[in-house]
Amino acid sequence: MKYVTEYRDAALVKNVIEEIRRTVTRPWTLMEICGGQTHAIVRHGIDQLLPPEIELVHGPGCPVCVTPLELIDKALAIASQPNVIFCSYGDMLRVPGSGRDLFSVKAQGGDVRVVYSPLDAVALAEKNPDKQVVFFAIGFETTAPPNVMSVLQAQRLGLKNYSVLVSHVRVPPAMKAILGSPHNRVQGFLLAGHVNAVMGYHEYPPFLEEFQIPMVVTGFEPLDIVQGILMTVQLLEAGKIEIGNAYSRAVTFEGLKPAQDTIHKVFMECDRTWRGIGEIPMSGWCLRPEFDEFNAEKRFNVGDIHTKESPLCIAGQILQGLKKPHDCPAFGKECTTENPLGATMVSSEGACAAYYKYGR
Amino acid sequence: MCLGVPGKIVETYKKDGLHMAKVDFGGIFREACLDYVPEAKVGEYCIIHVGFAISLLSETEALETLELLRQIGAIEEELGTELT
Repeated sequence: MKYVTEYRDAALVKNVIEEIRRTVTRPWTLMEICGGQTHAIVRHGIDQLLPPEIELVHGPGCPVCVTPLELIDKALAIASQPNVIFCSYGDMLRVPGSGRDLFSVKAQGGDVRVVYSPLDAVALAEKNPDKQVVFFAIGFETTAPPNVMSVLQAQRLGLKNYSVLVSHVRVPPAMKAILGSPHNRVQGFLLAGHVNAVMGYHEYPPFLEEFQIPMVVTGFEPLDIVQGILMTVQLLEAGKIEIGNAYSRAVTFEGLKPAQDTIHKVFMECDRTWRGIGEIPMSGWCLRPEFDEFNAEKRFNVGDIHTKESPLCIAGQILQGLKKPHDCPAFGKECTTENPLGATMVSSEGACAAYYKYGR
Repeated sequence: MCLGVPGKIVETYKKDGLHMAKVDFGGIFREACLDYVPEAKVGEYCIIHVGFAISLLSETEALETLELLRQIGAIEEELGTELT
């Protein structure tokens, strides 16, 4: 497959890793923001091929993991209502709320459906005019353009039975929270390539000055990842505080302007609670008031939510790069992918699921 | 979640007011929305994420990067010694 096979070339990956080995002279701690990259790193064993000086810590870029418990409980409450078709990306179904998950709602007769694209949820609303179709619009910047388009499309089609439960988060405020923490160990960032495909990387230069840290836009194939690591290490070793782009075939500085314009038409910035981490100011997107009629939180009365988190789970510290999955006493014991206590063990982007699946 | 897969545009058409395409992912065909990359043409490659093209891939950039990475090893081989 073009644009895939050539970036999985083992000989080239080995070359780049050798170059990292030649470049590095002292220990460096890098964070990959995106959970998709965490899985690729662990799956391909990149963490084990790197020289011992390079430590990778795993970032909060797993939207399923950081969706606040309260919103999951709201999703469960809405999905349990009769006459509702509740649509979600597949990963959300097994994320534990306070006591149960969307799968158990489905098992108890709720109409919960996995959709590939938010436009599939809009099509369901069109086909089922007598039902309320609700889409769980979670994600980072990458997923915002599809999610907002579903709202505009429902508006265009005049649908009165489509709404979205929004839990959108943004990368830059999360990076700022990590860098501003007194416990921060991160010295260089691998930026999440697909977030940058949409948003570009013009938002990041102020971070360079404020936090004196280099960063490199990084893709998702093994060669992309080792190139991102090499470029970050080169900047660190040279003492350069710059932004590099190791994913230039897909990412430009400006990003995808039509997508950014559409996001800002439908969403506005808001405070957002990140599961396990807490509230990060202006770190989320929510619907603008002019789209209230598509806001599931306003359409359905789901007040009186009392959340209850597992006392064993340390997902919050893992998502901030402060701890690794095997630092958790419940890892692989009380908490497994079959019986997850926290979202990081559920998601295909969660660090705990990656460590469990690939035997770290 | 932010998973994006490169696919080749094989056909474009309008559907319900949206700019859509049939996309080939190495032999598997799916529909994707091209509204955010209206300049994309049949034969070009995009990154597709949850049914939407979020990037039009640049072949020039791709080839340049690969060439650069290939050269890393080649220089040492030519000199017959490891550079430090």
